[in-house]
Amino acid sequence: MIRLDVRRLVDVAMRTFVALAALLAIVPLALILGFVVYRGAEGVDLALLTQLPRPVGQVGGGMANAIVGTVVLLGLATVFALPLGIAAAVYLAESPDRGLPGLVRFLADVLTGIPSIVIGIFAYAVVVVPTRRFSALAGGVALAVIMLPIVIRTSEEIIRLVPAALREAALALGVPQWKAVLRIVLPAARTGIVTGVLLAMGRVAGEMAPLLFTAFGNQYWSRGVDEPIAALPLQIFAYASSPFEDWHRQAWAGALVLIALVFALDVVARVVTRKRGE
Amino acid sequence: MPRHVDQELTSLERMVVRMGDAVQEQLRHAMEALVRRDEAGARQVIDGDRGVNAQDLEIDEKCVEVLALYEPAAGDLRLVTTVMKIVTDLERVGDQAVNIAQRVLELIVEAPAEPMLELLRMADRAAGMLKESLQAFIGHDTALARRVCAADDEVDELKERLFRELLDVMIADSRAIPPSMRLVLISRYLERVADHATNIAEMVIYMVESTMVRHAEAAVAPRTRHEGDKP
Amino acid sequence: MADGIVVKDLNAWFGAQHVVKHVSMEVPRNAVTAVIGPSGCGKSTFIRCLNRMHETVRGARVTGAVLLDGEDLYAAGVDPVTVRRRIGMVFQRSNPFPTMSVFENVAAGLMLNGVRDRAVLRERVEQGLRQAALWDEVKDDLGKRGLKLSGGQQQRLCIARALAVAPQVLLMDEPCSALDPIASARIEELILALSKELTVVVVTHRMSQARRVSGWTAYFLLGELIEFRPTRELFTRPGDRRTEDYITGRFD
Repeated sequence: MIRLDVRRLVDVAMRTFVALAALLAIVPLALILGFVVYRGAEGVDLALLTQLPRPVGQVGGGMANAIVGTVVLLGLATVFALPLGIAAAVYLAESPDRGLPGLVRFLADVLTGIPSIVIGIFAYAVVVVPTRRFSALAGGVALAVIMLPIVIRTSEEIIRLVPAALREAALALGVPQWKAVLRIVLPAARTGIVTGVLLAMGRVAGEMAPLLFTAFGNQYWSRGVDEPIAALPLQIFAYASSPFEDWHRQAWAGALVLIALVFALDVVARVVTRKRGE
Repeated sequence: MPRHVDQELTSLERMVVRMGDAVQEQLRHAMEALVRRDEAGARQVIDGDRGVNAQDLEIDEKCVEVLALYEPAAGDLRLVTTVMKIVTDLERVGDQAVNIAQRVLELIVEAPAEPMLELLRMADRAAGMLKESLQAFIGHDTALARRVCAADDEVDELKERLFRELLDVMIADSRAIPPSMRLVLISRYLERVADHATNIAEMVIYMVESTMVRHAEAAVAPRTRHEGDKP
Repeated sequence: MADGIVVKDLNAWFGAQHVVKHVSMEVPRNAVTAVIGPSGCGKSTFIRCLNRMHETVRGARVTGAVLLDGEDLYAAGVDPVTVRRRIGMVFQRSNPFPTMSVFENVAAGLMLNGVRDRAVLRERVEQGLRQAALWDEVKDDLGKRGLKLSGGQQQRLCIARALAVAPQVLLMDEPCSALDPIASARIEELILALSKELTVVVVTHRMSQARRVSGWTAYFLLGELIEFRPTRELFTRPGDRRTEDYITGRFD
């Protein structure tokens, strides 16, 4: 009887300890969220969401162009990264593990580790210099390069998870392999691929360094993708490192908007997964 | 590695042997009763048929059981269907023994006619064929089975000879007609016993070689096994 | 009886492993041929060679000839894709396309090969579903997702899908092994009905099924064809001792 009690005591103690550890682990996250919401909530108003930045020293204005700019950049990045990433994923999924595919996989993994600022410099050299201008395009390219390995790896995993039986069923109907992959395997992997893309988007939404010398930022609305464009991270950086109170306030608000954006992408990813839950 | 069904198949074989022994006993007792003019003996044979029939039903039921439960194929299947047929023949032999016993009872009453030597020889031959056919079954011995088939002609010949002799007796003395007719009947029963033994032998050949020699003319000459042909 | 498929000295490898060895046989047309044998005897690989599915596996290799209507399906220049349109296949586990409805599943083979005419598709879908004895159960809701059907229905859906392409031959790799006895029995009835117009080859590990359903049976062991003869003969008096041992359950 006594031994039983000791065991139960130890069990309860361990459970408590583990629960506390878990709580402790999310403290930083809670703090960040809490802080941003606390400091940023007051700044999120209609002005922030609809107006352009005011000139230096003037109070007021907003980040409308930065918000739109972030969306545009994400859109461009996805347009570049998605087809290329999925095509690469298909190639890797249908190939053996050694040889060229193995090399490609290895390189993709290396790419995830390259500092984003280096990727920014790469985009600068490859897009900005030849076109002699900063542009949304260059920013999109930079972000796309960051997104690419994520899309490739997650898509490849998902495609591999599609049961071979489906592929076989398509082949057995006399469908050529490329068609089988395109019309049967990919649609079956659709949910997973979408999730992967959304997560990749969430990852790059907050990148600032690569945008520094590609998108460059803009105080006004951009009239085309070949012009520099504003983006939330750039704007937040600029405002936060300024000496102006009002800009600090707007920076907090912008941070809140950015976090909300990433959060929204995550939620959508979850909803999409659950809806088609297999 | 022995299969579960082997137990059942062995059991079936043993049951057939038991029934075969019982039937052979009946036949022997019937002939003894004839020779010794033993009324009690004859009655015993008639009563004994009940046991034979019971065994017939028992074995049949077991065969159906094996078919249902084990879905036997190939050699096993042929074994079971052979057993079912053998048992039918054995039961008929039992009936013939009863028939003989009934004629014995009538003969005892009627007249002290001596059973002819041919009759005893027929009984001997028929009993021998029966015994050998059952041996062939146990031993899966098709050579022995074929010899049994060949011996059938001999029995037929004996029957013919007996009939002619009895005919002479009946012509010579009309009072001898009733007992002589009984003896003729007994000879027919014995001939039937030989036929049944032949049936059993033919089924044994089918079981072992899967060639159907029943109702075939060339039953005596051994056939070559045909390998599976293309369509 | 004219021949459905003639197999001549077929060999198949997985890499260095020789899994089908020198198999020759003439599969009768418009009849059901069963392929039986213990696990690993090569029977599945064998039928996958008939519709050139075996070679879709990396490292797989085939030699020999498979003749359909006199033409060798393995001749140089023959596109395996067209072979598979003439020889359909149904697998052990039903595999309807998960994102498609019943209608789309059955029409898949046609749609993916460029058939667009809705009228034609509807007609072929209905025909396929009727042949698969599934029409009455799904006709009121063809838009339902394929996966929502029961196991037995899904397998019949896969059969309908294979039939909609109007193949000459239907290969079935243990089609009932994942099904309960009633669903199984339905598919067996189906197979018997189909065989009047179609050459059917069924791989099965249930001998009772081979007995019920097939007119001819092939027994494989360790990659070799041991015996091929009419079913009623193979199961009452097989020619080879090994066949007899297998079908009477003697394993040593």
